[in-house]
Order: sequence, then C-alpha cells, then structure tokens
Amino acid sequence: MTDSKYFTTNKKGEIFELKAELNNEKKEKRKEAVKKVIAAMTVGKDVSLLWYNFRDCEDPNPLIRALAVRTMGCIRVDKITEYLCEPLRKCLKDEDPYVRKTAAVCVAKLHDINAQMVEDQGFLDSLRDLIADSNPMVVANAVAALSEISESHPNSNLLDLNPQNINKLLTALNECTEWGQIFILDCLSNYNPKDDREAQSICERVTPRLSHANSAVVLSAVKVLMKFLELLPKDSDYYKPEILKQEIKVFFVKYNDPIYVKLEKLDIMIRLASQANIAQVLAELKEYATEVDVDFVRKAVRAIGRCAIKVEQSAERCVSTLLDLIQTKVNYVVQEAIVVIRDSDNPDLRDRGYIYWRLLSTDPVTAKEVVLSEKPLISEETDLIEPTLLDELICHIGSLASVYHKPPNAFVEGSHGIHRKHLPIHHGSTDAGDSPVGTTTATTLEQPQVIPSQGDLLGDLLNLDLGPPVNVPQVSSMQMGAVDLLGGGLDSLVGQSFIPSSVPATFAPSPTPAVVSSGLNDLFELSTGIGMAPGGYVAPKAVWLPAVKAKGLEISGTFTHRQGHIYMEMNFTNKALQHMTDFAIQFNKNRPFYNPDRLTYTTQFSLPNTLYRALHYLKILVPLFEVAVKNNIDVFYFSCLIPLNVLFVEDGKMERQVFLATWKDIPNENELQFQIKECHLNAGE
Amino acid sequence: MSASAVFILDVKGKVFSEYFKELEEESIRDNFVIVYELLDELMDFGFPQTTDSKILQEYITQQGNKLETGKSRVPPTVTNAVSWRSEGIKYKKNEVFIDVIESVNLLVNANGSVLLSEIVGTIKLKVFLSGMPELRLGLNDRVLFELTGLSGSKNKSVELEDVKFHQCVRLSRFDNDRTISFIPPDGDFELMSYRLSTQVKPLIWIESVIEKFSHSRVEIMVKAKGQFKKQSVANGVEISVPVPSDADSPRFKTSVGSAKYMPEKNVVIWSIKSFPGGKEYLMRAHFGLPSVEKEEVEGRPPIGVKFEIPYFTVSGIQVRYMKIIEKSGYQALPWVRYITQSGDYQLRTS
Repeated sequence: MTDSKYFTTNKKGEIFELKAELNNEKKEKRKEAVKKVIAAMTVGKDVSLLWYNFRDCEDPNPLIRALAVRTMGCIRVDKITEYLCEPLRKCLKDEDPYVRKTAAVCVAKLHDINAQMVEDQGFLDSLRDLIADSNPMVVANAVAALSEISESHPNSNLLDLNPQNINKLLTALNECTEWGQIFILDCLSNYNPKDDREAQSICERVTPRLSHANSAVVLSAVKVLMKFLELLPKDSDYYKPEILKQEIKVFFVKYNDPIYVKLEKLDIMIRLASQANIAQVLAELKEYATEVDVDFVRKAVRAIGRCAIKVEQSAERCVSTLLDLIQTKVNYVVQEAIVVIRDSDNPDLRDRGYIYWRLLSTDPVTAKEVVLSEKPLISEETDLIEPTLLDELICHIGSLASVYHKPPNAFVEGSHGIHRKHLPIHHGSTDAGDSPVGTTTATTLEQPQVIPSQGDLLGDLLNLDLGPPVNVPQVSSMQMGAVDLLGGGLDSLVGQSFIPSSVPATFAPSPTPAVVSSGLNDLFELSTGIGMAPGGYVAPKAVWLPAVKAKGLEISGTFTHRQGHIYMEMNFTNKALQHMTDFAIQFNKNRPFYNPDRLTYTTQFSLPNTLYRALHYLKILVPLFEVAVKNNIDVFYFSCLIPLNVLFVEDGKMERQVFLATWKDIPNENELQFQIKECHLNAGE
Repeated sequence: MSASAVFILDVKGKVFSEYFKELEEESIRDNFVIVYELLDELMDFGFPQTTDSKILQEYITQQGNKLETGKSRVPPTVTNAVSWRSEGIKYKKNEVFIDVIESVNLLVNANGSVLLSEIVGTIKLKVFLSGMPELRLGLNDRVLFELTGLSGSKNKSVELEDVKFHQCVRLSRFDNDRTISFIPPDGDFELMSYRLSTQVKPLIWIESVIEKFSHSRVEIMVKAKGQFKKQSVANGVEISVPVPSDADSPRFKTSVGSAKYMPEKNVVIWSIKSFPGGKEYLMRAHFGLPSVEKEEVEGRPPIGVKFEIPYFTVSGIQVRYMKIIEKSGYQALPWVRYITQSGDYQLRTS
C-alpha cells in the first residue's frame, strides 16, 4: 500500500470534512484522516484549524510529549504560542531526557516567534540550567539553542561562559552525539579564555576531536583551535604554521578531476608554492599547460608567472619554463606565456628580446597582438584576502562562508543569525593601487582577483560569442573571468555608494559628469536625471536583449548625446519569476581603434567607470557596441548598433577651424574623391 | 552549520535509503508520513539530532500499523552517551569480522617519476556480539610502540597519519595512550581510516610506448610488472590504456590475459585474472587511424590500473589483538582479513 494517494484529493470544504473524520469513532478512519492532514500540509494548505491537542504534552509516552512540544513550536501563530508556555515549562523539566532535549530546541523556536515572551517567561534561565543537565544530548541542545538565540543578541553574554561552564561543556563533549559535539565546539569558539593556560587546556581537550570521522566535527574543532592558537605562545607544541606546505602533492591535478576542482587545486598549489617545492610545482604547471581545456591551460600558464613573483628566486626557472611552452606553438599557450613574461617582474631586456625573436619566428600575427596589447596586471593575489575578512572567516570555518571567502551576510538573506563576528570589514581599504582600473575601490575584496584587467576579459568573452576571431592575449576563461571580475557583484558596489542600499541590485551611478544611466525599474529613471541637460533627438528605447534569450532578463535601451558626451541608457526588466541579484556589466572595447594610453579615470566605481570608458571611445569606433551582463543566473551577451545621430552634437554647429582641423586629421587614404555630375543647386534648396 | 548541513544531507540520503531501499521521488511520495517522522528525528529547527538509522528503526517503524499498539517508546539509546548501540542485543554465536583494506593512490609522471604515492587504509567491522561489549583493538602502531617500549628490530610498526575514528571510539583515550577502545554499533560499520604517505614501490609498474603515426596508425606497447612479493597474487587486474577517439580496426597481442577495445571510453582494457608478484607481462595493440585528421585536440588521458591483492597490506599494518569483554563473560571470536587494492592509480602518458 502506498501513501501517495493522499496527495490526490482536492475537494472543497476539505478542512471540515477532515475535522469530522479526525473525530471518527473508528481508529482506521482517524488514521486515514491524519495522513490526509499531513498531505495537505505538505502541499501548503492551512490546516491550523485542526490543531488543538495540547493535552498531548501530558501523554504518558515521552515520544508523544516530545512530539507535541516539537510540533507546537513550529506553529507560528501568536495565540497558540501563548498556550505553549505552560506545557513547555513542564517539558523543560520532564523526567525523560528525550523530552527535555526537544523542549530545549523549542525555546529557540519560540524565541524566533516572540523573543520578548521567551525572556519574560524566564525560559532563558531554564535553558542555562539545562547546560548542567546530566544528559549530554540535553546539554548539547541547550547549547545549540542558546547559541542560536544569542546570534540575535550579539552583545549579551547569554551563555554565561565561565571556566566552570566551559569545563562542563568539555566533559559533555566526550559523551554527546557527533552533532552535539558540533554545537559545543561552535559554542566554545566564541569563548574568550582568560589566559594562555586556559586556552592551552581547552586546546588539549579539543584536539582529539580532529580524529573524528564526521568532517563537520573536525572543522568545528579546527575553528576552536585556530582561534585559541592565537593566544598561545609561539613556541608551544601547537604552533604549526604552513602545515599544508608538506602536502602540496595532494593538490596535484588528476586528469579526471572536474574542471572546478582542477582550477581550485591550481589556486591552492600557488598558495602553497615555496622555494622548497617550486621545482615540483613548475613541472606540474608545465604539464597542465599542455592539456586541452583552454581555461585551465591559461590559468596554469599564468600560474607560472605568479610563481615567479611569489618565489622570487625561481623567476629565472619560471621564465625558462615559459620559453619551453612557447615552443608548443599552441596559440593560446604562446599568448598567455608571452603576456606573463612581458609583465612579470623579471624585465631582463635580453630575455625579452629573445622571447620576441622566438615569438616572431613562430607566429608573427600572434606576436603583434601580444606585444601591442594592453598591459595586464599580474599580481600575486594569494594574500589578497583582507586581514579583517580573514579573521571573520576564521570564525566561520566549517560553514559555506569559508568556502566562498565571503562573510555569511554576503550570501545569506534575512537577518537571522548572520550578525558579523569579529571586526567589521572596511570596504575599499585594500589594493586600490593594484586594482586594474586605477582608482577603483576594491569591489572584489572577498575574492582574490585573478590577474586580468577588466576590459580585456569581457572583450574576450565577447569575442568568444560575438566578435571576430581576434587573437586576444591573456584571457582567463569565460567562467573564471566572469566570476573573478564580477564576483564582488553589485551588492558590494551598492554597499559603498551613496545609493540607498535598500535598493537591491541597482547599478550605482557615477558621481562624475560622465553619468552613466543604467539601472533597474524606476530608480533608473531617477538616476538618469542627475546632471543632464536635455539633448537632441533621442530614439525610443529598443529591446536589445529579449527576455527569452536571457532567462527572463529584458534589456532595452538607446543612445543619446548630451553636452558633448555620448550616453547609453538602459532599462532592465525582470520578467522571470525569481529574484535577480549580483548584477554586473561589461563592455567590449571595440578593439582595433582602442588606445589604452589615452584612458583617464575619473570615477570612483569600477562599474560605471568601465561603462564610461567604453562610451568615451564610441566616437571613433565602428558603431557596433557589444555588452555582457552578468547576474546571479548567468552571463548574457548582446550587441547594439549605435545610431549615427548620437555622434552629432546637439545644436548641429561646428566652428570653422574645428571643422577644418578635423577634416585634415582624416588620413588621406581614407579620403575618397569623386565628382557628382548633373547636380544643380538652386538657392533656397 | 553548513559543513554539518552537507554532511547531514548525505546522512539523510543514507537513512532514507535504508528505510525505502531506493531513494527517489516515488519512494518519498509513497512514504511521506515516515519521511516526516524521520525528518523530525533527524533534525529539529535545523539542528541535527539522531542520525543512526539502526537506532531510528527501533522506534520509527516501517509499518504504521505497529504504532497503534502504543508500544513505541523512545529507546534510551537516543539520549544515552552510547547513542549508537541499544541494550539487549543477543547472538548465539559471538563473532567480530575485521577487514583491513588498503587502497593505493598513485600518480606517476609521463617520464616515470612518482609524483604521489599514498596508502589510504580503512578498518571495517562486522559485529555480531551480544550485550554491551567493550572492545579494544591493538595495531602495530609505531607511536604506541614507542610509548610502550615495544619498538625494536623484532617488531615492525607502521606510522599512521590522519587517523579518523567512528564516533564510538573514545578519542581522548586514543589521544592519551593510543588505545583504540570502544563499544561498537551492531552490524557493519567503518571503525577507522588512516593514511600513510611513506613512499612504497608501486605495486604494479607500467611502462608504455604509445606511438601515433598521423593518418595511418597507432602502435601501443605496454609492459606490466608486479613489484610485490612472489607469494602474493594480484587478482582482477585491469589496465586501461587510452587510444585516440578516431582509432579503428584494433589488433592485440598479449603474453597473458586478454585485451578488449572499449570504443565508448576510448581505451583498451587489458585484463589479467591472476598476476603473481615478480612477474612481467606484455601487451601490444595496433589501431588504424583515418586519413582525414579530426579537428579537435584530444587530451592525454592517463593509464589506469585496477587490482586486488588479498592477504596482504602494503603498509605492513597488523591487527595484533582484538579484546572483547562483556559482563556476561562470553567467549567471542575475532576474524581478520587483509586486502590491498588499487585506489586512484594513474600513470600519465606523453
């Protein structure tokens, strides 16, 4: 017999029928009814009318008592909450540990519904009492509940951690289930030992947990140790920095690793590279550079450059490895290798000359592309995680935060349980100088940036899909590139700008005259207004990216010319059923005419800045404009034709000298002369 | 909480599978009431609670009808310090089966230098013991030998790294004096795992020559050598050698075993049922290549090797004793079995 049939009923007045059935004399009927109720709940129907069985809290069977208190805690209706207090109080003192451990969690649930009531009713004290309970599972759940509650009261010392309590917790640690151990360890990590002796004794008692088969237990133990080791004298047994350096082999890439594992391993290898293992690392990187996955190969080649910077003594070795790679004559390997050599910190001119010579003899076209290309930034980004962020991340070892390298509030929605631990981060305090776009504040704090300058990457992205097959140097990868440079996302941008951060995912307009108007919904209209005088003819917005092509995102726009600047205006419309966040945008540079030396950076924000830069060059370009937009769903590409009218000044006037000078600027070979015959010009026409 | 979140998703999957055999949408629909009951016990307000399926099965029963008798009670095990074993288990014959399984991970460069060689060992137990037995496992653990003064030329010991234990093992005790003591769960479970990074001679060594003559043919020569002691035999040896995806008309010659072309995986699999230590075998393969070369570049997949060597551990780990003490004083028999097998065993090709 299967139970799926209960999902199929869908009659009107069902609730009342169910009520009758629940009171039926026959046991079988009642059981059927209960199953129907549960099925109804599963598909989201409101069946709260049916619950009135508080007497279950008095049932002789502890399973039923616990079940009652567990279920009632999940009903988020104020009236019911009031009725819950008395049974809960009893259950917290129940003789059966199973009921007590369930009641402990119920306090946390209740706190989530009505925090004031929990405090008024003295449930917090009851929870604190349970920390001294004889049963380890009760202790663990009480700790979990108190920790959860204290997340919303960051400053209160709810857990009242003192050496005696800590001792109890450490004892319970040895006795409770693996999950309970995690609650206790996480709680311990919030404790501040009074001196290094206490820290050491806690470390000693936590260390055995590192041998637990449950990886979550291990990570929580690591977290405690990481935090407390800071307090220990550096010469103690515990202090073992760079512990993974010995294990670099584990991160060698295997042929059948999925690509994301390969890329991640590569990053770790660079982080662990040192003089002691550099020979091995380089040999591996060279091996990877001859694989077939373009993204991976490019990253591997670039990694060689990073090694040269990180382990200075190895620079020469790195260069010779790169030289070997040039011999492979695989187009993108050569490009990547040259770019790395050109810009690494080993500007031995002889070397460079030699490389160019070799390159020219191999592939002159590539050579041209490479040598004349924009200079990318190659930094050793391994230490790019900002120290305060790193501190915060240590507090979140074992959670996704430590995987994403982002604090939890950057990716968890809602206010619950995500108050910042440790110091708040100061946005924009790092790498302003290193950032590829001059004065850009670091919007990608959370993610180490992988070398590329922004323009190039997207340019390359676009070339992959739209552009002509230009040989473009130093492409990372489609995926990597997009993630790296856009990873910080709009959230962080908004966070720093003067736009109220309550407006989600809006492009922050730049504060300079080069206002770039782009945004979402109504706000967009607002921002376009800033500092703009009415201009000449503006074509109505055309749909550039239809929603069907971009998973629900529709982009329409137009070009305008105002006060000597060309603007691109865009409307973003979300036609999907889900939220779209983390917007970022990039523009292709319209390569052949592009001259990076003439760039000036005037804006504070990388995003509008990029836009501005792109627009700045519109006047000399072929009128096809290529754009990539990234959001939490995907990266989309579109291109739009720039109507010629936007190239004209608003009033149509031009000074005589300017006209002549401009005319003379046009190279002779671009001038065509022919005669128009039989053309009569009459006055007035 | 997310490390535990990921872990518990895995755990949930396992628990559901043990309840419904196959975990899929259909089985969840068919058993939604039990699924709810289980979820209730597994997690409360996002806090993982009881995740041991054997214990869960004691009070969350498969047949709803059984619940009506009112017998269903929470087993004290759920909140006990020993939350993985219930009291009152009875067997006529008290036995423990110990499996020591070592997997060899190997990564060799195309030029023949060993990049990575490690042994990952697991000790698995099948426990058929009555009551609440106390077990103590003795291994030839080097640290233990040094602690107890047993180390000497006579006693070979191994240096275990990254030792991880099932939650039943008293970790603080192990930390103190390297004693592995525990009250086991009933039935099958993995007691511990360990790793050894000491380099050992690759058990099966492969030398290969893969010559590709564009537009005409590929010639493959593979030599396999058993580099373990002569008394041991590797069973079920499978050597997979990559071939270009556009290769055709295979021809093989083997000194032992049989070779088979698997076009869907682009490999030749050379199988040798039994491969004694010290022996050396040869396989030659010949493939034709189309005269029109295909455009996409192919990777260079490594040669992979699978094998199993029974009655043997590479690390030399030994179970010295398994003490079983139960208050009723029954005699119990421990059985030990050793096996070494290939783990991730790859040799890169040039």
